[in-house]
Amino acid sequence: MKYFIGIDIGSTCAKTIVMDESKQILHRLLQPTGWSSIDTAQAIREKLEELGIDFAEAAVVATGYGRISVPYADKTVTEITCHGLGACYVHGSKNLAVIDIGGQDTKLILVESGMVKDFIMNDKCSAGTGRFLEVMANTLGVRPDELCNLASHGGGTSISSMCTVFAESEVISLIGRGEKKENIAFAVVDSIVKKVGSQASRLAVRGDVCLTGGLCEFPYLRDSLSRHLGKEVHTNPDGRYAGAIGAALSAMKIRK
Amino acid sequence: MSYSLPEKFEEFADARKAGFLRVKDLKDQGKKVAGVFCTFTPHEILEAAGFTAVSLCGMSPETIPDAEAHLPKNLCPLIKSSYGFAVSDKCPYTYFSDLIVGETTCDGKKKMYELLNRIKPTYILHLPQGHDSDPLTVWTAELRRFIKYLEDHFDVTITDEMLREAARKRNLERQTNLKLMAMQRQDPPPMSGLQMYQALEGSGFVFTHEERVAKIEDLIRTIEETADPEANRGCKRIMVTGCPIGGVLQKTVGAIEACGGVVVCHENCSGIKAAFQMVDTEAEDIVKAIAERYLKIGCSVLTPNSERMKLIPELVKEFKIDGIVEVDLQTCTPYCVESFQIRELAEELGVPYMSVETDYSQSDSGQLSTRIEAFMEML
Repeated sequence: MKYFIGIDIGSTCAKTIVMDESKQILHRLLQPTGWSSIDTAQAIREKLEELGIDFAEAAVVATGYGRISVPYADKTVTEITCHGLGACYVHGSKNLAVIDIGGQDTKLILVESGMVKDFIMNDKCSAGTGRFLEVMANTLGVRPDELCNLASHGGGTSISSMCTVFAESEVISLIGRGEKKENIAFAVVDSIVKKVGSQASRLAVRGDVCLTGGLCEFPYLRDSLSRHLGKEVHTNPDGRYAGAIGAALSAMKIRK
Repeated sequence: MSYSLPEKFEEFADARKAGFLRVKDLKDQGKKVAGVFCTFTPHEILEAAGFTAVSLCGMSPETIPDAEAHLPKNLCPLIKSSYGFAVSDKCPYTYFSDLIVGETTCDGKKKMYELLNRIKPTYILHLPQGHDSDPLTVWTAELRRFIKYLEDHFDVTITDEMLREAARKRNLERQTNLKLMAMQRQDPPPMSGLQMYQALEGSGFVFTHEERVAKIEDLIRTIEETADPEANRGCKRIMVTGCPIGGVLQKTVGAIEACGGVVVCHENCSGIKAAFQMVDTEAEDIVKAIAERYLKIGCSVLTPNSERMKLIPELVKEFKIDGIVEVDLQTCTPYCVESFQIRELAEELGVPYMSVETDYSQSDSGQLSTRIEAFMEML
C-alpha cells in the first residue's frame, strides 16, 4: 500500500489528508461540504486522482458526520477517535486533552498513551460550537474570523443565553441598544469559551491542552480559552486537519 | 358482561386492534385488570386479589403531543408518553384498567398520577424515600393499607395463604427470568441484548403466570439448542444501566450492538435490578416479607441508593463487563444526578463509562450513535 487517505467530512468543511507509509503528509485538501456529502466525497476522489493518487494503492478511512457517505472508504472511524489520534500526531505528544470546536459539535477528548481514554460531546444543542459563532457573525454582518478580531478590542458585555436562537435575539437587542460591535463580539466569544470551559470541568483534564478544528486558527479564541481554563491552550497550523490526519493514521491499520 | 371498545377503534393499526381485543376478551371473562408503572408495584398483592397486572409505561413518541396539552414540554418522555396513551384512549391496557397503581417514586410520576386519577381510579402507594429511617415499617403499613383498599373496593378477601402462593409464583417467574439473563455470563454470550430485553419486556404483556414462565423457558431452550456459540466471539461486553429504556431501545442498545458490542447485562427496570430479590415465602409475616423484597430494589428515587452501588460491582465481575453505558431519559433528575456517582464507581472499578441523555425522538440519533461508536472504539 502506497497511500493512506483520511477524509473528514464535517458539517461545514471537508478535510482530506494523504500520507505515505512513513506517516509523512503528501497532500492536504480543504473544501466546503456543501449540501451533499456524497457529491463532496466524489469531488475529493476526482481531485486526488488528478494529483496522481492510484486508489488501487490506497487505504481510505472516512470520519466526521458525513463518514457514511464516502462509498469508496474501506472503513469508517468516528471523529472522536480520529481527532484524538490526529492531535497526538500534530502536537507530537501521547498525553493530551483535545478540545475540538467543530461546525455542529464540540468535543473534549482525553488521550492517554496515544489512546482515547474518555470524551464528552455536546448533544443536539449547538451552544459553544462553530455554528454558534457563525450565526452570531452573520447577525453582526462580519466573518467569523473578523468577529474574533473585533472581540479582542471589546469587553464589558455578556450574553446570558446558551441557546443559539435565544442568544441571537439577545445580540439583536444589544445592537438595537447601540452597543459597540467590539463589545458584542467579545460577549459572543466569551459565551463560547464559558460553555466549553464548563464542559471541560466534567473531565479530569490532564496533560497539555490543545485546540483542533476550524476555530483553532483564531488566536483570540485560543487566548481567551487559555485564560478561562488557567492552562495554555496549544494550536497548530495543521489543527483543522486533525480529524483527517487521525483517519489517515487509522488507514495504516487496514489490511487489504 | 361485555365491555365496549374506544370510539376511535376502527382507526387503529392491526397490532393495536389485536391488543384491544385481547384485553377485552380478558375482561369479558370477568377478570380484573390493574395498570402498573413501576418495579416497586407489589405484584403479589394484585395477584392475590385476582387482578391481571399490565405495564402502562409508554414507550412510543406517538402520544407525546397528546400529553403536552396538559403536561410541560420539559418532562420525562416516559411520563408524557404514558399519560398521552391514557388521554387519547390509544392504550388497551389503560383503557380497560379497573385500577391504576402508582407509587411515590419520582416527582414527575407522582404529579402525573394526580391527573391520571381523573381518567381512571389511581391508587398511590407511598414509597419511603431511603434506607436510613425505618422504611420497612412504613412500607409494610402501606402494603396493608393497599390490601384493605382492594378488599373494600373490589369485594375480595386476601388471605396470607393467597399472598404466599402468589409470592411463590412470582419468585418462580423471577428465577426463570434470571436463568435467561445468566446465560449472558457465557463468553461469548449466546444472544443479543436486544433479544433478551425484548423477551423480558414482552413477558409483562402475557396475562398468566404459567404462560409467562413457559415463554421464557422456551426461549432458554431455543437458545441452548440453536444459538450459534461463536456468533458473538470477540464482542465487547457491555452493561446498560440507568432509566427504563423501552422507548429508546434501538438508538441505544441497537447502536451498541451495531458496532461490535453485546449488551450482556441490563441493570435497569426490565433487567436484573428488578428480578434478583426473592420474597421469603416462609416468613411469619408474609406482608412484611413482601415489603422487604421490594425495598431492596436499587432505584435512584431512594436516597442514598446504596443497593445500586452494591449491585453494579458484583455484576461487572459476574458478567465480565468491558464497558458501562448509562442511558438516562431527559429531565430524569434522580438518574441524571446519580450518574456522577456511577461514573466515580466505574473509575474505581477500572471500567470505561459513558452516560447519554436522550428522549423518544429521533432527532439526536446521529449524534448518539457517533458517541456510542466512539465509546466502542475506545474499549
